[in-house]
Amino acid sequence: MKITKEELEHVASLARLELQPEEVELMTSQLDTILNYAAKLDDLDTGGVAVTTHTQNITNAFRRDEVRSSLKREQALVNGPSQNGEAFVVPRIIT
Amino acid sequence: MDLFLLTLTEAGKRLESGDITSVQLTESVLSRIETVEPRVKAFITLQTDAALSQAEEADRHRKTGRAGRLCGLPISVKDVLCTSTMPTTCGSKILENFVPPYDATVIHRLNDAGAIIIGKLAMDEFAMGSTSENCAYTVPENPWKPGYVTGGSSGGSAAAVAADESLATLGSDTGGSIRQPASLCGIVGMKPTYGRVSRYGLVAFASSLDQVGPMTKDVSDCALMMNVISGYDHRDSTSVNIPVPDYTAALKDGLQGIRVGVPHEYFGEGLDPEVDQVVRSGIEMLREAGAEIKEVSLPHTEYCVAVYYLIAPAEASSNLARFDGVRYGYRDMDADSLLDLYCKSRSQGFGDEVKRRILIGTYALSAGYYDAYYKKASQVRTLIKNDFSKAFSQCDLVVSPVTPAPAWMIGEKADDPLALYLSDILTISANLAGIPGCSVPAGFSGNGLPIGMQMQAAHFNEEILLRAAWNLEQRAGIKDKKPDL
Repeated sequence: MKITKEELEHVASLARLELQPEEVELMTSQLDTILNYAAKLDDLDTGGVAVTTHTQNITNAFRRDEVRSSLKREQALVNGPSQNGEAFVVPRIIT
Repeated sequence: MDLFLLTLTEAGKRLESGDITSVQLTESVLSRIETVEPRVKAFITLQTDAALSQAEEADRHRKTGRAGRLCGLPISVKDVLCTSTMPTTCGSKILENFVPPYDATVIHRLNDAGAIIIGKLAMDEFAMGSTSENCAYTVPENPWKPGYVTGGSSGGSAAAVAADESLATLGSDTGGSIRQPASLCGIVGMKPTYGRVSRYGLVAFASSLDQVGPMTKDVSDCALMMNVISGYDHRDSTSVNIPVPDYTAALKDGLQGIRVGVPHEYFGEGLDPEVDQVVRSGIEMLREAGAEIKEVSLPHTEYCVAVYYLIAPAEASSNLARFDGVRYGYRDMDADSLLDLYCKSRSQGFGDEVKRRILIGTYALSAGYYDAYYKKASQVRTLIKNDFSKAFSQCDLVVSPVTPAPAWMIGEKADDPLALYLSDILTISANLAGIPGCSVPAGFSGNGLPIGMQMQAAHFNEEILLRAAWNLEQRAGIKDKKPDL
């Protein structure tokens, strides 16, 4: 087993996903299959091989530190499921 | 001839000559949609009235000599591109009714060129899938055969072009999501070089792999769309600032002096014999056009799927953290704590495949597993990239099948995620290496399903792809074949 039910539940909580018991069963077995397949990478000796995180030879995209126009507050708030015209509203954080 | 049958290039010429109007053209396309959409099911959103009023405006612009390169031409885009005048759902329940406050750069470019964007197209949720079955709103069907998948994730974009419901469309490609449905639906699809087309306003799936590209009725249209959407954008920090050629000028007859590499690893076990035969006859056509055909090797091909299905989910798990029920999208209104709000909104809003990939990605990045999975995959990615560098020192383009088999039935592989992942083996390496690739119709299976041929080239060598694709198209002689709808 590459992954246990307990590990899957831990990963789900890191990802902020709440899974039903039957989802935990199914996902554990599917992830196990996928991770077993991924283990074929262990056949390769990658000692000393650099990682590729980007395929183009570009570095940071800098720009001048100038004030530019941006979204107006009303526009930024318009898709908020709950907002009060000034901010997004969420359940109380500090109780 | 019905106007909806026209290619983008042909319709543009007839609009320019004054032979037809944009209103006539747009009405024809809209009536075609009305006729075939119940069968094809490609659209999530369609804006008929807005399209017609834009067509009227386009006709006025043309009279006053203010016509852009795509003035008055009705097209549609995958529902993963932000549009400020239409909802952008990404095929997900979590973004139901989401209307972005801005347009993607490619949408800007299309609007500036005068194109009429008539609607948004079906896709696998957040572009995760190879069939478009993971769409929360509509599952498109292959125009060539009822009950068959369109491919994915840009399945709606491919089906709409194949069914003449739009003159052209845009898709996005993270592991083959333009090329694979293009092949399965018998149209032209190109994934440009990473950095060639701006991703600003493309809802992110895997940021080191995602690219926007055209899906068209023929190669000339693909070149025309590339002319419009390519180029540097300061709002996309991965956009590369090099000049954009006129891609339509690349469409020249003959392939003298072009070296075409055939990687034997792409013709291995599991390849459908009909696909093998169609692609090999396509290679013969390239030879007849003057190309030199030679064998090349991409030795790490068998590791591509494993690398991709660690890297793409890892990046996705991070990108999709933004869907938390706070600033946009679905929220469980009954949640009584912030943590509960995140968990419930995400769990109710995301579909199974998205959850699966978030879990794989979170696992691969989590403490104790990062080195064994994510880092290892990123190292093997280097080996895959090096394979291509070596191949492109020996040839100008690499040709292969796009998919191991033609389209299959809806539901057929829906319960076996790994089997579906494995079907992406021939397309994902282009994304891992950041190189351009395209799918060009090459033939049909015995039961009438399209089969495409894939061409891949070195970074920013889209011109050579288009030239080879155009030569194949001329010789394959199937361009005018249409599905029976």
